[in-house]
Amino acid sequence: MVDAASTAEVIARDSYARLLALLAARTGDVAAAEDALSDAFAAALADWPGRGIPDNPRAWLLAVARRKRIDAARRTQTVRAAADHLRLLADEQSSGAENAPPDHRLALMFVCAHPAIDEAVRAPLMLQTVLGLDAATIASAFLTAPATMGQRLVRAKLRIREAAIPFRVPDGSEMADRLQAVLDAIYAAFATGWTDPASADIRPGDLAREAIWLCQVLISLLPDEPEALGLLALMLYSEARRRARRSDAGDYVPLEMQPVADWDLAMINEAEALLRRAGTIARIGRYQLEAAVQSAHVARRRFSLPNWPAIFHLYDGLAALTGSPVVAINRAVALAECNGPGAGLAALAVLAEDKRLAEYQPYWAARASLLARTGERSEAQLAYQRAIGLEPDPAVRRFLQQRLAALG
Amino acid sequence: MQCILLIYTNEDAYRTMTQAQASEMTASYMAYAEAMSAAGVNVGGQRLRPVSTAATVRTTGGKTQVLDGPYADTKEQLGGYFIIDVPDMDAALSWAQRCPGAATGVVEVRPIWPMSEY
Repeated sequence: MVDAASTAEVIARDSYARLLALLAARTGDVAAAEDALSDAFAAALADWPGRGIPDNPRAWLLAVARRKRIDAARRTQTVRAAADHLRLLADEQSSGAENAPPDHRLALMFVCAHPAIDEAVRAPLMLQTVLGLDAATIASAFLTAPATMGQRLVRAKLRIREAAIPFRVPDGSEMADRLQAVLDAIYAAFATGWTDPASADIRPGDLAREAIWLCQVLISLLPDEPEALGLLALMLYSEARRRARRSDAGDYVPLEMQPVADWDLAMINEAEALLRRAGTIARIGRYQLEAAVQSAHVARRRFSLPNWPAIFHLYDGLAALTGSPVVAINRAVALAECNGPGAGLAALAVLAEDKRLAEYQPYWAARASLLARTGERSEAQLAYQRAIGLEPDPAVRRFLQQRLAALG
Repeated sequence: MQCILLIYTNEDAYRTMTQAQASEMTASYMAYAEAMSAAGVNVGGQRLRPVSTAATVRTTGGKTQVLDGPYADTKEQLGGYFIIDVPDMDAALSWAQRCPGAATGVVEVRPIWPMSEY
């Protein structure tokens, strides 16, 4: 006997985005659709235990949510606006065959990452609308006050409605840029934005698994986009090393010192397969290059050494493509592995003018480790201290302090 | 905008630390303060002596009462603060996250209300 609460939970996990996209697609009112859906789930929890779970719980939820939304529209709008709104709703209801309702999830993802939506709120919006995460969880992951995050999400939904952002999947020439925005939002949900010092290890954030799930949904709806495949591969490579980042004692273990046995090899193989599949479509991009870097790092599982020349060339390509200072740091580190620490330091020196790096820990950690290798002890000490001061993770801070102490 | 970061940690935990742990902690705070200075956000900050040295003063109806100890008797105690100058609350939170106190206790972030805006 399956109970109502767990059935509702399973449906919420599998169908939240499907139901929400269906409810919001015609009117463009995401907030109203969310309210209606949450009322419908509440009604299910009240109704199902007594009367039993309906044969088609998803259709039941959709019918209740639609009724709730019509009620809400009647209550809150002026007569004339309500009439327009209700006509839209009726239109929507008659157009979708109840047994096979259209899947608007992909359109919903494109709406969340629309150019009219502030870039910083795209990932949070996608996490809320597609996965149904609450604002407080999202706020912590993005290091924002929950009240602020709540306001940003409300404003973004208002913007969708007022700017009448269409619920459709872009086509033709528009597709590449718009897809890039969707992928960037998913990646923002995945990573904390920092790579670990001198090892190109991406730091997965608290919502890493949710981001992987988002990308899997995206690929199920858009199977032939090489960059989407590349992004999923990139995230899986990183996720496969999650456990290896900490020793049993809780100490931080940098990528080059992680025991291969601690990597999830099945997940790495999945990533390799995705990357190969992306390669057959022959349209290279940022995420495929980044995934290829990770592939070259885990080559150590076969050849006992990372493929540094390949890593350097990939970062060279990425630097030309993105112009990102983060990529430039990783490129300098790879160059140091190929041509010695002096070459790496020279490549880093070009970045010294970039003001943003004053607060960017990996720059200082990379600089410190290269200075230590060229024997510039006091400069290395200063750089380690900067890195320690900028590092939020106590385990990494300890690791950097040990490196600093080892300078003698 | 200026914000104060109020650092609440358990004083007992600090007292029971080994020498090595205590100096690691001190070094972390020094590095943190210096990183903030280098980024141009550090306005100032101080560490406070233990709450056992505190006293509270309250005047009600013309009568003043002085009590030993801190205002609130909590598991974690106000042990220090930093005042920072940052573009917005998000930036303040990202500095708060880096504060060593965030890993051992909690850091409360409060925007400062400038007198000109009362």
